[in-house]
Amino acid sequence: MNTILECKGLRKNYGPFEALSGVELNLDRGKIIGLLGPNGSGKTTLIKLANGLLAKTDGELKIAGMEVGIETKKIVSYLPERTYLNNWMKVSQIIAYFKDFYDNFSEAKAYDMLKRLDIDPSAKLSTLSKGTKEKVQLILVMSRDADLYFLDEPIAGVDPAARDYILNTIITNYNPQATIVISTHLISDIEQILDEVVFIQKGKIVLHKTVDEIRSIEGKSVDALFREVFKC
Amino acid sequence: MWKIEGNRPVYTQLLEQIENRIISGEYPLGSKLPSVRELAAEAAVNPNTMQKALMELERNGLVYTQRTVGRYITEDAEKLKEIKANNAKELISEFLSKMKNIGLNKEDTIALIENF
Repeated sequence: MNTILECKGLRKNYGPFEALSGVELNLDRGKIIGLLGPNGSGKTTLIKLANGLLAKTDGELKIAGMEVGIETKKIVSYLPERTYLNNWMKVSQIIAYFKDFYDNFSEAKAYDMLKRLDIDPSAKLSTLSKGTKEKVQLILVMSRDADLYFLDEPIAGVDPAARDYILNTIITNYNPQATIVISTHLISDIEQILDEVVFIQKGKIVLHKTVDEIRSIEGKSVDALFREVFKC
Repeated sequence: MWKIEGNRPVYTQLLEQIENRIISGEYPLGSKLPSVRELAAEAAVNPNTMQKALMELERNGLVYTQRTVGRYITEDAEKLKEIKANNAKELISEFLSKMKNIGLNKEDTIALIENF
């Protein structure tokens, strides 16, 4: 089976507000996919549903053929928009914590990436800058050998050099069996590492194409197309 | 240095740039190419896209795969000459049409080149 994520008529309401109104989406394994849309279009809602942090209102959402639950959480690695790590912990303690928590967490990989980014494992989280905290969090998420990764705004808070390193980390950790979904507004920074893009607008998928399809058919970058489609 | 522009498919651009590296001798004939992953990281592109570009080069005969060992540049110097000649032709016809745009025909252009 090559499909990793499948949505059929997926709906999510917050009270009277429809955040997702019938999402139809199939994502294959082995892809790096950009989930792009303006603010409030439903990106984070979709990601949270896939991680079991929200309950769907209606429709279908399956990961590797399974309903979202304990089994899918084992194979999904999620980087939320906001940091949830305890500030009093040391980096090394958080790594031990993740190792306890997830069978597929590689301590060696985490320490290797920390070293390359010049982050001291004995440092307390509270002493790290916002950008460095984001890097630590991304390292934790990418050190899991998962089938599906969700990175919600992974590069928003870091400087351009670190951004390059993060993109490089995503490329070099790439596993042909795994899929990485990246949600971001910074399209031009990431579009050349993407296989496919999914445009979401008002809770619906409005476009799902490969980057090179867009470039060869439209003769423009994904960034330019985005500005056109979502023109205010 | 890899340079990826915004408005053309990434894979075509990779294809051209690897081809140029082979023609210019930066990747010598018969030498081993870095792995897909290394090349992708170097160019900051998706590994699947780099893979696609390399497969196309394989189809053109510029690159071949030694099973389990990796990819190598062709040893066929004739093949290289052929591609070089093709690229040169394209450049020249592009150049000539630009010269035509400023009102110079082929003979005028050749005369100018000889005095350059």
